[in-house]
Amino acid sequence: MNVNVIIPLPVVLPLLGAGACLVFGRSARAQRLISFGVLSAVVVIAAVLLVRADTDGPQVVHLGAWPAELGISLVADRLSALMLLVSTVVTLCVLAYSLGQGVIEFGRDTPLSVYFPTFLVLSAGVSNAFLSGDLFNLFVGFEVLLSASYVLITLGGTGPRVRAGTTYVVVSLLSSMLFLIAIAATYAAVGTVNMADVAQRMDSVPPGVQLVLQLLLLTAFSIKAAVFPLSAWLPDSYPTAPAPVTAVFAGLLTKVGVYAIIRTQTLLFPDSPLSDFLLWAALLTMVVGILGAVAQSDIKRLLSFTLVSHIGYMIFGIALASELGLTGAIFYVVHHITIQTTLFLVTGLIEVRGGSTSLDRLGGLARSAPLLAVMFFVPAMNLGGIPPFSGFLGKVALVQGGIDRAGWLSTLVVAGSIVTSLLTLYAIAKTWNRAFWQPAPEDLDDLDHRWSSGTKSGERWGSVDALSNLTKLPTAMVVPTLVLVVLGSSLTLVAGPLYGVSERSATELMERTPYISAVLTDDTDAGDDPSTAGGE
Amino acid sequence: MTTNLTLVILMAVLVACGVTLLLERSLTRILVGVLLLSNGVNLFFLVASGPAGNAPVLGSVGPGPMSDPLPQAMVLTAIVITLGVSAFLLAMAYRSWQLGGDDEVQDDVEDALITRLAERDETSSTFDGGSDGELDEEGADT
Repeated sequence: MNVNVIIPLPVVLPLLGAGACLVFGRSARAQRLISFGVLSAVVVIAAVLLVRADTDGPQVVHLGAWPAELGISLVADRLSALMLLVSTVVTLCVLAYSLGQGVIEFGRDTPLSVYFPTFLVLSAGVSNAFLSGDLFNLFVGFEVLLSASYVLITLGGTGPRVRAGTTYVVVSLLSSMLFLIAIAATYAAVGTVNMADVAQRMDSVPPGVQLVLQLLLLTAFSIKAAVFPLSAWLPDSYPTAPAPVTAVFAGLLTKVGVYAIIRTQTLLFPDSPLSDFLLWAALLTMVVGILGAVAQSDIKRLLSFTLVSHIGYMIFGIALASELGLTGAIFYVVHHITIQTTLFLVTGLIEVRGGSTSLDRLGGLARSAPLLAVMFFVPAMNLGGIPPFSGFLGKVALVQGGIDRAGWLSTLVVAGSIVTSLLTLYAIAKTWNRAFWQPAPEDLDDLDHRWSSGTKSGERWGSVDALSNLTKLPTAMVVPTLVLVVLGSSLTLVAGPLYGVSERSATELMERTPYISAVLTDDTDAGDDPSTAGGE
Repeated sequence: MTTNLTLVILMAVLVACGVTLLLERSLTRILVGVLLLSNGVNLFFLVASGPAGNAPVLGSVGPGPMSDPLPQAMVLTAIVITLGVSAFLLAMAYRSWQLGGDDEVQDDVEDALITRLAERDETSSTFDGGSDGELDEEGADT
């Protein structure tokens, strides 16, 4: 049996699941079962794909048995499969968390029937973007996940969410348009959108045109990945959404952009003249992002800024365009997806426990909620890059890559990355001190009164008050978060194998030929495909 | 490859108008801008597909060059996606009007707060431990 049948499943299953969820819209129980079952299945499939891609090279399926140049190819090489696995594991945990979160159950301001299908569609879009072998299908994947994210970010249609959603939607639309222009320009230049085929034909394109195409694609993806100076939309739009939504956005959506940058830069433009340019972008993203984080007084906003800042590390790895740099970038993406999602989920718990995410109103949580404190402390130290954790390992790889590259610029970026790391620690320590160690502010009621007059923050917090008198955290929310905390910490334990996979992915990306030949010349597989693809 | 200059000019005009409208504050204008922009981009696909030819249906046309069907398929997909997103944007503009009486895109509230603090050369209350006096000032100001 041809195992490649399973490649489209991470896209198809969630979409079917979303349909089924809509059919069973009235039964919350059925919806939960379906979404949980589907995502669990996708996790297994992703794991199988990773093993196969790692042992047998890139796995390819040509949908409908069309030749690669005409039809849609789905490709699972090491990078795609790794991203797919990490993203679905994280998505599954977030789903479990949102099952536990009262919001959906109470239907307080969240339409019950919409959340799960949209969540599954988001997952399908992410999978499609990771697996896609051609630029246009990548665009479709982006659109699927973006459309789902539009719905999720404005969930409930409250004032602050609509305001934040507006910025988000308009910026995303603009980046989609840029991406479309880039695709059309690529098609005009080389006559194909299949990435392997484009990579082959790109050599015959004049360097000026290549540069234009590269810049167009980079701009489109940098908006999605929130690379400075195209990152201003992110800290503005993420914090207002419900905790699980922010968590999954923070973990996955920007990383899809980073993945697209890695894929196009390594495959289509191997001898990039933009290496220095990207190094500057990386440096500015790191430093400006973290300076923004230091200024914030709301945990969600602070984390959104650290998210932007740490995207810089990944761009740094990509900009180095060396095997070591790419290895570091891939390792860092895996680490960051897990950690950033965990932190946002923990922030959701803080909001439930403390009634707010503002540092001005929190305090004394270490005493009143010790488990919560541990759950925040571990991933926070991980994010800050404290030695035993995976954040440190990823940064070491990147710093090594930066020092290996000749020139003062990469050394400067290395210095910038260390400063950023320290400032992250500072921001995290500030959060820790104010929310967990310091005694709670006394005049809470008074503050409540004053803050709720007019500001959007007041409105937001007002909606949480119903939950804020919980003295015990809901177990159903704690368990998935705890799982993610443990997962994030255990990245250190599996750092050897994980680094190995990242290294092999980087080698594969730098060589390019395994990917290109797998997509364009596997005639035997293409011969088998009519039966398999016809079944889809 | 020869390109159709009319299409290129039309595309440029549509994109230029679209971008101008996109820079507006009202969501409805932004929506119109997005529509113009997306139509401009769709025309770009037609330009990219090369010179026009016979309908690309095998067996139904005589000899002679066919149009390239692939960009047309992409344009169709892009049109459908734009339709969906426009519907969403329209709904959001309506919701925004329902909530606030207009559909203007507003500034980030907390950003504005920090900017104001910076203008008055004050630190945020998180900076030095947040004494009550500062909070009072801040509270009174909001």
